[in-house]
Amino acid sequence: MSTASGAYVYDAVRTPRGRGRRDGALHAVTPVDLAATALRAIRDRQGFDTAAVDDVVLGCVEAVGEQGMNIARIAALVAGYDLAAPGMQVNRFCSSGLDACNIAAAQLMAGQSELVVAGGVESMSRVPMASSGGAWSLDPQVAFSTCFVPQGISADGIATLHGYARGDLDAYAVESQRRAQRAWDEGCFARSVVPVTDTNDLPVLGRDETIRADTTLESLAALRPSFAEQGATLGFDSVLIQRYPELERVDHVHHAGNSSGIADGAAAVLFGSREAGVRHGLRPRARIVSFASVGTEPTIMLTGPAPAAEKALRRAGMASADIDLFEVNEAFAAVVLHFMNVLGVAHDRVNVNGGAIAMGHPLGATGAMLLGTVLDELERRDLATGLVTLCVGAGMGTATIIERI
Amino acid sequence: MMTRRMVHETTGSDGIRTLRFDLDGRSTNVLDRAAIGEFHAAVARAIADPAVTAVLLASGKEDFIAGADLEMVREFADPADLRDATLRLHRTLRDMETCGKPFAAAINGTALGGGFELCLACHHRVLGDRPRTRIGLPEVTLGLLPGGGGTQRLPRMIGIPAALPLLLEGRRLTPQQAMQAGLVDALVPAGEEEESARRWLLAQAAQPASQPWDRKGYRVPGGDVQSPAGRQVFFAANAMLRAKTLGNYPAPHRILSCVYEGLQVDMDTASKIEVSHFVAVALSPQAKNMIRTLFFHMGEVNRLVRRPSGVSTRRFGKVGVLGAGMMGAGIAHAQATAGLDTVLLDTSMELAGKGRDRSRRLLEARQAKGRLTAQAVEATLARIHPTTDFADLAGCDLVIEAVVEDRAVKAEVTRKAEAVVGADCLLASNTSTLPITNLAGASARPGNFLGLHFFSPVERMQLVEVIVGRETTDTTLAHALDYVRAIGKTPIVVNDARGFYTSRVFSTYVREGLAMLAEGVRPALIENAGRQAGMPVGPLAIADELSLDLIERINVQTRRDLGAAYVATAADEVIASMVHRLGRIGRKAGQGFYDYPQEGGKHLWPQLGEHFVPAPVQPGVDMLVRRLLHIQSVEAARCFEEGVITSAADADVGALLGWGYPAAHGGPIGYIDSIGVGRFVAECDELARRCGPRYAVPTSLRERAAAQGAADSPAGARRAGAAH
Repeated sequence: MSTASGAYVYDAVRTPRGRGRRDGALHAVTPVDLAATALRAIRDRQGFDTAAVDDVVLGCVEAVGEQGMNIARIAALVAGYDLAAPGMQVNRFCSSGLDACNIAAAQLMAGQSELVVAGGVESMSRVPMASSGGAWSLDPQVAFSTCFVPQGISADGIATLHGYARGDLDAYAVESQRRAQRAWDEGCFARSVVPVTDTNDLPVLGRDETIRADTTLESLAALRPSFAEQGATLGFDSVLIQRYPELERVDHVHHAGNSSGIADGAAAVLFGSREAGVRHGLRPRARIVSFASVGTEPTIMLTGPAPAAEKALRRAGMASADIDLFEVNEAFAAVVLHFMNVLGVAHDRVNVNGGAIAMGHPLGATGAMLLGTVLDELERRDLATGLVTLCVGAGMGTATIIERI
Repeated sequence: MMTRRMVHETTGSDGIRTLRFDLDGRSTNVLDRAAIGEFHAAVARAIADPAVTAVLLASGKEDFIAGADLEMVREFADPADLRDATLRLHRTLRDMETCGKPFAAAINGTALGGGFELCLACHHRVLGDRPRTRIGLPEVTLGLLPGGGGTQRLPRMIGIPAALPLLLEGRRLTPQQAMQAGLVDALVPAGEEEESARRWLLAQAAQPASQPWDRKGYRVPGGDVQSPAGRQVFFAANAMLRAKTLGNYPAPHRILSCVYEGLQVDMDTASKIEVSHFVAVALSPQAKNMIRTLFFHMGEVNRLVRRPSGVSTRRFGKVGVLGAGMMGAGIAHAQATAGLDTVLLDTSMELAGKGRDRSRRLLEARQAKGRLTAQAVEATLARIHPTTDFADLAGCDLVIEAVVEDRAVKAEVTRKAEAVVGADCLLASNTSTLPITNLAGASARPGNFLGLHFFSPVERMQLVEVIVGRETTDTTLAHALDYVRAIGKTPIVVNDARGFYTSRVFSTYVREGLAMLAEGVRPALIENAGRQAGMPVGPLAIADELSLDLIERINVQTRRDLGAAYVATAADEVIASMVHRLGRIGRKAGQGFYDYPQEGGKHLWPQLGEHFVPAPVQPGVDMLVRRLLHIQSVEAARCFEEGVITSAADADVGALLGWGYPAAHGGPIGYIDSIGVGRFVAECDELARRCGPRYAVPTSLRERAAAQGAADSPAGARRAGAAH
């Protein structure tokens, strides 16, 4: 479908993910600097002329405060990109980084851009979740008519509706930690991760900060459910049950150990047309086969990955069996279990190097990070096709299929 | 031309114009159309008159203003008319705030709703300290919202977190509470409020008066809507409210919206926001239902509209209660609390004494909360005379038996009581199941005999079903109604029939839930449907509370009584199966449809699905909600047709007070009118086809639907909106 004007991935970088709290290594780094770190790294590695960049598209969810006022353009200026390189910030909540990539791909496929840097940034330690407010949770008429609940309640709702027990989720989480540790040990992220340094070029963080390789079922069993109190005392369980009246109650099975970690980080992916690659002396690593976003029921909220993946597969004329490796964002363990159930994909093809449960989920950046992760691993294993998907707030999902060149 | 005057204007030599509310020919001030019109004009005159330097709002009645006229609210049908009329009031209130002349309210008594909203638009509020005075914005309790700026001025005055509970629960505050909450600026001894307000007004002469929210740099106390604190309030309040309303009551949600949307803008814009939400709420079926049943119908019932006329009012001095069990003791307690001398009789002094002890516990609990003095507790208890001697009943005006549900025992105590009491003594049975006419057979004076069906727990349940037997005389009925009012409860008049009215209609809700279970509807879905219908508890949970073996006993008895006429249902089979096959008889045994573990809350019995296998395709919750409400209305309509109940007011008030029927739907009869009798009949016909003949509507209802269908013409005459 996209043979006329293809979208090619030339490179992908990301910062390590820092713990998104006051004691996190990246808390002292401004989000603009985080984003600029990724933008500089991809420019310096590939050596393209930034005057030829048609757009810099960065995902960022909480686009207020120091992440406000179009951080993409500002970060490009800070990174020393040519003034001719414009920038735009996009927000589709958790898939923003992947949607930034899809927008870049779309510009290329439409023949209206030649060279685009996409990616994302989020400093959750400096601009906390919900900083931008919004009508959905706060405006009484909106919250009422859409049955708003926070996503942790939704995740517990998915687990309750589909019968995922706490033990199932914890087992998944332990495996995510194990895989992440193994991936680091084996250097699976070495190609993508660029260290964050301070103003004196002294190292700040070189490695994902939140992996806990010593995680066991027993250690997770000690953790208290994160959303039980919110569900009971603030009435959110009742709201979810009003939307899903087949439920007697919501089983609160998610906790800090089987949910994605709060994190800081940034990523950048270089996209271009075939011709631009030739012109700038770049070697393509993969092409974008298809991508898709879907809307789903917003109260259960996090069931979008399966239909988004199916839509992207349909668009590509592919089936899930045609995909070698999947990256399904580990927002909550139940989200991935649900995805694997619906698509009938075994865990050995999904998140083979762990995911956000171990390494954290810097909201605006994660989607772009996962694109780089799956590409690195396809190359490492010499496989061809990868699918990246994320669940998205307010009931959405985005998926992207790539194929190695 | 005004036929009545409410706003009386006088001007003192000090330049203070007094606008005194004193509605001619009424004991209380109510803001009706004419009064509001007068108020607009009086405010405009005071502002325009250069001789007037300040304005005082005061009352010539015992109370300030009780609120807005609900008849006026109910009459509005056109949104534009209601909007314009309401905006007009807002403009006047804004003129008061911004004209520069100081306005003060001397609040001498109760100021509620619109009455208090006038005070909120003043620059200063002085409250006279009278114990009976109540201050507040109770609109939400009738499905409305404070539409005269109350949702805007109160949170701007005292902050969002403090204002929301007052707006959302409609609490009426005592003078001290009102002062503490910041609803008034000064609390002064009763009678000094006007003088105090005048002193304040005279002291303002130097600079133009203004409201804090019209001054530069104003911030909402405790945080703006979009402050972290403000956001946290709405994040939590939205869900907490929905958990409470289950979406059945639009008014509180719109109150939240008024505060959320309105406090982010200036006061004039906020007026438009509040008015648009007010119009939506005032014209909602829920408000119309709630005003109809909770205000107008409740008023009728408590005024004893159905009391036979021409019978003089009877005062009750001494009343006997036979049986000091839970019900008897509760009745005795209610009587003693209301000042009636009570003879509490049981088979032993120990049992009779236990009945009085129950009253002591209730009274002491109130004493512990500071609501009663030790003296009052003792005085009340002294009115309860425990005894085993029927001779102590001599001189009673009424004897109520509350003994076991056994005809022989009831007959015996009736005869023993009648042997002692005078010929004009009423005799009542508190039976909940046995026909009154039949019990009256044991009486030598069946004309004096009737049923007084109290609800458990008596001290909390406001309703008494007054059951008229075949022989019960009009005088007996009239006096029984006098008695119920004398003890401060609310009577509905019900003609004798199986299950009377409340038990009969309420049981259809439970039985419909059981039928759903038999059909293969998932238990959780049934229970959630019940709650989403607005009922306090799901049908399976309430069955457990009633206890399944009791339901089975009633089923067996009914089957025996009716013989061939009895129609067995799937609900009967569910109960029989739970009781006889599964041995689960309900909450009292710790196992019924639910399990009741020692730790943690009850939960549905996990094996229920093995015995009542869920169907592969489940119905939508909306259909179940419809069934659970329609079935109650069909049964109530049958009660009407059979003459068991004779007024919609009794039917609906009885439902709200008797079994917690949701006020938003008005009541089982109001619900039919609310959704439209034609639609109701059509939907019942469809349900009768799908679920069975229990949905067959009575002929009278079908005829009404047909008549209405014929009479319905597009858009009847538009009612006039504003007064001007």
